Amino acid sequence: MTERGCVDSSEKSGQPWRSGASAPRRGALLGEAFRPCLALGLKPVDLFCALRGAEAPLFHGEGQCAAAILAIWLVVSFLAAPLHAQVTFERLVNSAKEPQNWMTYSGDYSGKRFSGLDQVNITNARTLVAKWVYQTGATGKLETTPLVVDGILYATAQDDRAFALDARTGRPIWMYQRQIPNDIRPCCGHVNRGLAILGDKVFMGTLDAHVMALDAKTGAMVWDVAAADYRTGFSFTVAPLAVKGLIVIGVSGGEYGVRGFIDAYDADTGARKWRFYTVPGPGEPGHDTWEGDSWKVGGAPAWNTGTYDPVTNQIFWPTGNPAPSNRGEGRAGDNLYSNSLLALNADTGKLNWYFQFTRHDEHDWDATQIPVMIEAGGKQLIAQANRNGYFYVLDRTTGKLISANAYGKTTWSDKKDAEGRPIANKEASPTLEGHTVCPGALGTTNWYPPTFDPQTKLLYVTARDQCDIFSTAPQPYEAGHAFYGSAYFPSEEAEPYRGFLKAIDPATGEIKWKFEHTSPTWSGVLSTAGGLVFSGDAEGNFIAFDAEAGKPLWHFQMGGAVYAAPMAFAVEGKEYVAIAAGSALYAFGLQ
Amino acid sequence: MFRRWCIGFVFLGVIAHGANGQNPLVGDPKAAKAGEFQFRINCALCHGLGARGGGRGPDLTRAVKKHTHSDSDMFQVISNGIAGTAMPANGTNGQGVGMTDEEIWQIITYIRSQEVKAPAQPLGSAARGKELFYGDANCSLCHMVEGKGGRLGPELTGVGGSRTREAIIDSVRNPSRRLAWGLTESTKEFPQEYESVTIVTADGKKIKGVTLNEDSFSVQIMDMGEQIHLLEKAKLLSFQKTRESAMPTYSTDILSDKELEDIVAYLTSVGAK
Repeated sequence: MTERGCVDSSEKSGQPWRSGASAPRRGALLGEAFRPCLALGLKPVDLFCALRGAEAPLFHGEGQCAAAILAIWLVVSFLAAPLHAQVTFERLVNSAKEPQNWMTYSGDYSGKRFSGLDQVNITNARTLVAKWVYQTGATGKLETTPLVVDGILYATAQDDRAFALDARTGRPIWMYQRQIPNDIRPCCGHVNRGLAILGDKVFMGTLDAHVMALDAKTGAMVWDVAAADYRTGFSFTVAPLAVKGLIVIGVSGGEYGVRGFIDAYDADTGARKWRFYTVPGPGEPGHDTWEGDSWKVGGAPAWNTGTYDPVTNQIFWPTGNPAPSNRGEGRAGDNLYSNSLLALNADTGKLNWYFQFTRHDEHDWDATQIPVMIEAGGKQLIAQANRNGYFYVLDRTTGKLISANAYGKTTWSDKKDAEGRPIANKEASPTLEGHTVCPGALGTTNWYPPTFDPQTKLLYVTARDQCDIFSTAPQPYEAGHAFYGSAYFPSEEAEPYRGFLKAIDPATGEIKWKFEHTSPTWSGVLSTAGGLVFSGDAEGNFIAFDAEAGKPLWHFQMGGAVYAAPMAFAVEGKEYVAIAAGSALYAFGLQ
Repeated sequence: MFRRWCIGFVFLGVIAHGANGQNPLVGDPKAAKAGEFQFRINCALCHGLGARGGGRGPDLTRAVKKHTHSDSDMFQVISNGIAGTAMPANGTNGQGVGMTDEEIWQIITYIRSQEVKAPAQPLGSAARGKELFYGDANCSLCHMVEGKGGRLGPELTGVGGSRTREAIIDSVRNPSRRLAWGLTESTKEFPQEYESVTIVTADGKKIKGVTLNEDSFSVQIMDMGEQIHLLEKAKLLSFQKTRESAMPTYSTDILSDKELEDIVAYLTSVGAK
């Protein structure tokens, strides 16, 4: 349109109108319907501009013309719909070139959760104000990270809702509510952590273990496939990852003795292209790390979003606890690939390498934390602040361990193996009577994403010092029923739980600074090119920190605890920082 | 995953009772053992190991319970939760993953097996305890019971109905061993505690008291004179918290065992109402 002489409103925000091949189609349609308008002496270009809502010479039509315009506007809006949100794989690979958009769960494929925007920075962060609040109207924890593409925000909410908002105003464009069955089996609430976007569709995993595609423009369902039977304990809570033409997603259900998997679906059709079982079957490598038939109910879910390296075409996806989670009896062995990082060929789902963080886990220490791709000293690395209390750095071309350093209170390991991997002390195993181990079952960190700031070269992670009493509680497997075989509860010692934001130098494992929250938080962390780190707390504050010094520069009381991670975007040249708290989504910008 | 705090959705489907709502497993030691494990998985986070009460949940070894009398009552409470309390319904909406009917009966059977009968006669005199509470023992300077008393410490009307004699005695003799839990915010995992705090304001004024509520940027303090101060931390000259309770330690020199039994008897009589 712009080439025809009208100013496109979307162009002003840096998003050129991508008319492409469909322009002639619109032209042909317009030709007939414009007759009454042409009779009034209006030129097609004026009408075209008017229809697009762009700036154009004003015109004065009679009723007939106005009706034609209205009708054509509706048709054109419909036809134009897919054009606005075309998110190609190339755009995802090159997401750093459009920092105004946030197109994957972690903001880019590397999992850094770093925004290249710097309009909000250390000098002006104190003038941040709330720009809008969107209430989901649902209850329970709101764990979503929104996506923003070309001025439209897409997010999920509790109970498998998805919605699109005008990212400038928070006003809703559409809302999708899935009719979830009453007998779903999520372990930890009716939560969902977000969407993937590709082409003109957004993608969501559901609590009843379906994967679905929604039309990004309207929220209408495009396809919906069942990945597994939810009645046996499967569910999805994770934000999928769009890679090439595939939608990659990992299943939840480690509390139900599922056999975990990572799936890839054709983004256009929903056809499953590959599945990687995180517990190897008979004859497969790693199968012998399970005792007897224990592999059948071995868990190893994959409930947090992985990362992707376009250079090697590898997906890095982390896995969770073996089942039953806190009782190793009956599943002797390392229990591969539980609590591991998997490097999978993106096209085939074939395993290139794996690294197991916690062998034969008995403390529910899922290794599902975001595997962050970083570069240091000419090496391609992956850093993961693990739930077991250690900060791991791996070579991502080989999967070899480079370092593992405690970044919180740990008591379970006094030694490392030949590779440098911390090994559990025998005494750390849960007992019938129960005894105290640190970290507790919630871990030193959990699913809430960390951030890596390429400017400070520090990784920032929410951490918790808490110890739990772990005790065994033998329990038979029953399909679809909770399968813990164990229990944990707070230590009876009068030791308060402590929560921190910690800045870790991946080169040394050293903690450069830490900020102690009043109590432990479930908030993720964002870093931005403005020299800022953002995180939330359990008391409801959203806080901007100086990334170098760790000093809070600004905070806002949102009135609800944070169980989500922040992200940043820009529309019409204005930067926003968004985070969910309570049952609402908040967007902040400069005054 | 992080999981399971006994929190749940309204129990859907048919609540299957034994015949006439009776516990089909009553007195079965095997069921009690299975129930012990189920209790650990589903209940101990709040009600403590051995059902002896945790920071949140009452001690369930007390034979007299506030919300339940029969096994059938208990089944209803576990299934549906208790409105207005932190006791959630069984199910999968929150952190819990749901118990079967059989498992609920196992838990009830286990709880019954752990109950300790209170002595037929209280060891102390409730009337004398009331006199001490409001008189020489100075409890009411800081604690309120049935609308009368101070505000600095926890309100104690219900304590005799949810805690054992031993727990009450321990918290009088060793008040700092486990600080009382105060304000509960629905969104927080754990409530505030009655920590002691000393602050110095910008104009040099020193205030001692207990924290009522706190976040990273503000604090609410009740001073020893029950004055509430709402303060911004950035404006304070100093802010120091300790995990020493503001409550004095009542040794036997100050309060004899007999007198303490009288106070326990008083609190128990009030809590039973």
